[in-house]
This record gives sequence, structure tokens and C-alpha cells, in this order.
Amino acid sequence: MATTAPRTPVIEIENLVTHYGRRQILHGVDLTIYEGEIMIIMGGSGSGKSTLLRFLLGLGRPTSGSIRMLGKDITQASPMEMHELRKNMGVAFQGGALLSSMTVGENVQLPLREHHGHLDEKTMQIMARLKLEVVNLGGFEDLMPSQLSGGMIKRAAVARAIITDPKMMFFDEPSAGLDPVVSAELDELILRLRDAMRMTIVVVTHELQSAFKIADRITVLDKGRILMTGTVQEVKASDNDRIQSLLNRRVSTEEIHAEEYLERLTMEARTP
Amino acid sequence: MKYTVREEGGYTVLELTGEVDLSCSPEARKQILLCLDEKRNLLVDMSRVNYIDSSGVASLVEGFQTAKKRNLKFGLVGVSGSAMSVLQLARLDKVFPIHLNVQERLKADG
Repeated sequence: MATTAPRTPVIEIENLVTHYGRRQILHGVDLTIYEGEIMIIMGGSGSGKSTLLRFLLGLGRPTSGSIRMLGKDITQASPMEMHELRKNMGVAFQGGALLSSMTVGENVQLPLREHHGHLDEKTMQIMARLKLEVVNLGGFEDLMPSQLSGGMIKRAAVARAIITDPKMMFFDEPSAGLDPVVSAELDELILRLRDAMRMTIVVVTHELQSAFKIADRITVLDKGRILMTGTVQEVKASDNDRIQSLLNRRVSTEEIHAEEYLERLTMEARTP
Repeated sequence: MKYTVREEGGYTVLELTGEVDLSCSPEARKQILLCLDEKRNLLVDMSRVNYIDSSGVASLVEGFQTAKKRNLKFGLVGVSGSAMSVLQLARLDKVFPIHLNVQERLKADG
């Protein structure tokens, strides 16, 4: 469902290179995400999509390259600058990451207490209830996370992520582990958030159906490189074998690079 | 955010201007509750609000509930498209009495 592409850049990734130990994960990723856009980052296991998300959240320093968010390079940002920037970022983690010792309502209010303690107690409570209503969990604020189903935990995590009305929202595998109906509800919610709040939304997923339904654009990652970035139609029409393998769920028949593989297993450098 | 207060047709009209966000919504809340503390019927004129976030909406919710408890009249007028989207997201467009402007509200009151 491509819409007219908004043109104010919110996230600008340039030549991002990252390593995990000696292993290179991202090989020079370039990507610009615009205001009010839903960008899907898609790829198979090991494609580097979760790594890319981790660096977008400022949870690591890359080997090289830059990530500008709202004009600020987060790879160079001080902890204080990162703290300020995080006020504009909401994250819904794959497992929900609710704190088990707090009620659902307390979990949802947490970012407010962290960043906006000047608000009146009553305002914070109403804001949390409003967000729980938005994710269809109205009246559940006094329950503990252990009393919620998987889909409810994910929705509560979304409520917490949007409590401060962030400009940027990140979803890590929102559909993982959900039944198709709950998954579709979450897709609808993502679309509503974008439309009502003009949020810029980044979704990391390997769920094709969900990706095609909500994406303005899709970036396909493979082995740490961007294969293509385009609209749903452009990605579907791509003649790239790797992309078609991903779309048609074909097993990768890539040859094994024996020396590199052995090196990884033994963690010993090749003799020059 | 700026605000002005005026009297019109038996209502106090609190007109908010600009962005009602986390930094200034406590002031909006204070003004809303102040009017209600003084037992005045209140209309919040939002025709000059170009952005309202959840903290601003929460202040409106608290104001409406407070007005109900005190048997005072409360409503929103001149809600812009972006503010309406935020209200609709939480289905509050079905909760608040919303009118185009003060005159329309007065007509509706009869």
C-alpha cells in the first residue's frame, strides 16, 4: 500500500559497517527513511536485519559509517544526547520485555516516569489507560504480565512504546508467535499509529504477508547487504534470485565457502 | 502553546494556540481545572491547535470527567484534522461533545 512518499528524512544510514567479533555482519548499508513512512526491513535468518535494528537503537558502536536520526549522528552521540534522542524513540521488542514485577499499567507508564516526571500523576495514569485503549487492552492495567497471553503482552509492549508519542517507532518481529488474527490486528494498529500520529515506523520482520500489507517501502537485506529498497510492487517484481527465493520461501542453495566456514568453527586465522 | 480565556454565551472559552505537548500540557491542565474549580461551564477552543499529544488529550479527559462530577457543561470546539486523528485513535471522538465552533455548541444547547 504505497502512499505518496513523504520527503523529510528522519533516519539516514550511510555506509554502515559492523562486526561481531571478527565476523563482518553489515557490509556498508545505505538507507534513508522518511517522515511518516513505514519501512519494512526484511531478510532471512542471518541477513543482518536484527543487527541493523540494534544499531538503529543506539545499542552499539559500528565499525564505520553513520546513522543520523532527526539530524543527529547517533554513532557519535554522547550518552546525554542519546538519552534526549530516545525520548523520540519507541521500541516494541519481540518478546514484549515487560517487567514481570510491575502491573501492566506501571509498565506502560515507565517511559513517562523515566523522561517526563514533571507530569501530574493523574495525567500519567490517564495517558497509560488511553494507550491501553488504543491497543485494545482497556481495563487491563492492574493485571500482571504473567496473566496476559502472548498477543496481549505484545500489545501492552506497544502501548508502553507509544506512551510518549514518539516520532520514531521500531518493531522487532511484531508478528512472531502470534496467530493470524492477532497478527492482522497488530498490522492494523501499526497503520493507525502512522496515520494518526504521523510516526515514522521501522518494522523488522520476515513475515511476508504482514510486510506487504503495511509497508510503504521494503528493504531486503541479505548477508549484511541491501539487495534492494523499493515499494511492495517493486520488490515483488524484482528479478533478483535471492529476493525471489525469500518471497517464494525457497531454500538457499548457496555454496559453502569451506575455508571461511572452517575458520569460524575453529576460530583460527587462515595461514597467510 | 499560548492560551486566552473569554466569556461567551454562558461558557468560559479556553482557546489554546500552537502545540499542546508534554512540555506545556501541565499548563493547559491547570487552566482547565482552574475554570472548573470556579464552577464555570467550559469550552476548549482548539481551532488554533496544530498538534496535541496524549498528555494534552489526558488533560481534556480529566477536565471532562471533573466537569461531569460537578454538573458543569464541557465541550470541545474547532477540533482540527490532526487533533481529531489523535482523538479518534483512542475513540474519544465518541466521548467528547465536539462542535464546529462556539455558536454551533450554543445552538445544540438550545
